[in-house]
Amino acid sequence: MSTVAIHAIYDDEVPLLETANTLKSQGIKVKDVFSPFPIHGLDAAIGVPRTWIAICAFIYGLTGMLLATLMMWYMMVSDWPTDIGGKPSMAYFMNVPAFIPITFESTVLCAGHGMVITYYLRCWMLPGVKAKNPDPRTTDDKFLMIVETKEENKSKIESLLRNGGASEISFK
Amino acid sequence: MQHESEIREPLILGNKSYHQITEDIVKPIEGKANKYWYILLTVSVICFMWGIGCLAYTIGTGIGVWGSNNGVDWAWDITNFVWWIGIGHAGTLISAVLLLFRQKWRMAINRSAEAMTIFAVMCAAIFVLLHTGRPWLDYWLFPLPNQFGSLWVNFNSPLLWDVFAVSTYFSISLVFWYTGLVPDFAMVRDRAVKPFAKKMYGLLSFGWGGSARHWSRFEEVSLVLAGLSTPLVFSVHSIVSMDFATSVVPGWHTTIFPPYFVAGAVFSGFAMVLTLLLIVRKVYHLESYITVKHVEYMNIVIIVTGSIVGVAYLTELFISWYSGVEYEQYAFLNRATGPYWWAYAAMMTCNVVSPQLFWSKKLRTNLMFTFIMSIVVNIGMWFERFVIIVPTLCRTFIPSTWNMYHPTFIDIGIFTGTIGMFFTFFLLFSRYFPVIAQAELKSILKASGQEHKAKAVSAHAHH
Repeated sequence: MSTVAIHAIYDDEVPLLETANTLKSQGIKVKDVFSPFPIHGLDAAIGVPRTWIAICAFIYGLTGMLLATLMMWYMMVSDWPTDIGGKPSMAYFMNVPAFIPITFESTVLCAGHGMVITYYLRCWMLPGVKAKNPDPRTTDDKFLMIVETKEENKSKIESLLRNGGASEISFK
Repeated sequence: MQHESEIREPLILGNKSYHQITEDIVKPIEGKANKYWYILLTVSVICFMWGIGCLAYTIGTGIGVWGSNNGVDWAWDITNFVWWIGIGHAGTLISAVLLLFRQKWRMAINRSAEAMTIFAVMCAAIFVLLHTGRPWLDYWLFPLPNQFGSLWVNFNSPLLWDVFAVSTYFSISLVFWYTGLVPDFAMVRDRAVKPFAKKMYGLLSFGWGGSARHWSRFEEVSLVLAGLSTPLVFSVHSIVSMDFATSVVPGWHTTIFPPYFVAGAVFSGFAMVLTLLLIVRKVYHLESYITVKHVEYMNIVIIVTGSIVGVAYLTELFISWYSGVEYEQYAFLNRATGPYWWAYAAMMTCNVVSPQLFWSKKLRTNLMFTFIMSIVVNIGMWFERFVIIVPTLCRTFIPSTWNMYHPTFIDIGIFTGTIGMFFTFFLLFSRYFPVIAQAELKSILKASGQEHKAKAVSAHAHH
């Protein structure tokens, strides 16, 4: 049994969101939606799970904090302790107020860059990657919904999409 | 869908569709630049070149070619550094702090404000890198092992905190800006007709397609970056102020410096955003997106931050008197009545008195007046840094070290050069990059568009 991908173009996000909810209530899975801007409420309708990227950022941030602490402890206290302005570097905890700014900066640096790198790799967005949207109009003012289904359900879903307000339907 | 009260003024004027927003934002990129753009670019590039010449002369000869001397060892270099980095702060405030506060009006201005941040921090970096005296050894600023020529860097020093703060600030602002640009580059790519443009915007857009999963991650990344940038931006100017505050120089050794510097930074930054955007909206016909309401909101931020700065100036004066320390008292008396009294007067007039005029609604919604004020504020904020640095250093503890400071041709040249560089980059940005975050703007069209609001009102009336 062959499968077919139904590409439905909408002119507005409201009917698209309504159709996505209708399909969900009928147990039909939407493969993906391409839109010019984020549509709020769509993630729940088409089953996009909450991203983990903020948790990644938190872990990168902790790593940055740890790295900065280790670096400053090693350089200032362990490797070559110096007495600067009558304030000797005897132990890390004694100098810690002076180390807070850089610990903070390093936390932000690692959290921010780690998260952004993860984001680009996870979405596989890099210079030279081919445009991912099947229809170039979806970065302008069109909204594309893709439903993958078996050949036998094709006409049923097609009518659902059309009744929902799709302005164009094609099969890939 | 998001609902917004009908009595709130619309953020997008006229009857716009999603496609019309695309057309309006992409017009400067696809169309031909007008003659004003070329004139401005030529002037900016000439200033930039002059600056590069003075910069090369400084590197070749040494910083003795500057007006700085044994007494006044920080002068225009640090004044300009603090001025530029302060200007940068408004960009982050708009894109990060206003995002956290869900201020939708930021969407029309965040892109160019962030671009301004990046270019301003680049200008600032030139001064700190040069004032080390031997810029080819600037890698010593980083924590490198001893065999590279020095001991470990001193982590107790606020100057080193600055290295970490400014480099983190620059790089985080850059990725924040670029990540927001990617969907808009994809929009330009998908419309591009010429093969070269299609190829270039294809490379810049990283293959963005706008699928639901990617948008979901995009929004999370923007939110977390905003959350990270907000304390970051406060930390950067606090640390810059600690370059002064942790010293034992009278007039610098004050705990009010961090909040006072941050407020001053936002104050001058918003003024620079206004200078740039009042030109951009006119030249690129973006009056429907950068409305008078947007200008008014920014002017309100200017009143608030300008008043904070004013209170800080007065507090400083009071505390210096109240401290009973004669050196501290003299430092402030000297600023106000000493040889640089005119700089102090300029600072007080431009920063404390002039923003109060914006209490008048008529004045804060007047674009020409706002434009003039935006320049006045930036002149005032430049003088603020000059007043903190030069008059303080020219009259320190030992009267035998007292001397005046006079900028040289080279000082003026490098400063002019950074202004030229800033405007060169900004002009190129506004010509080739989408100056408004159009994807974000489309998401508020139905809630904040004039036409949609009018429809909502008439629908209510019928019920």
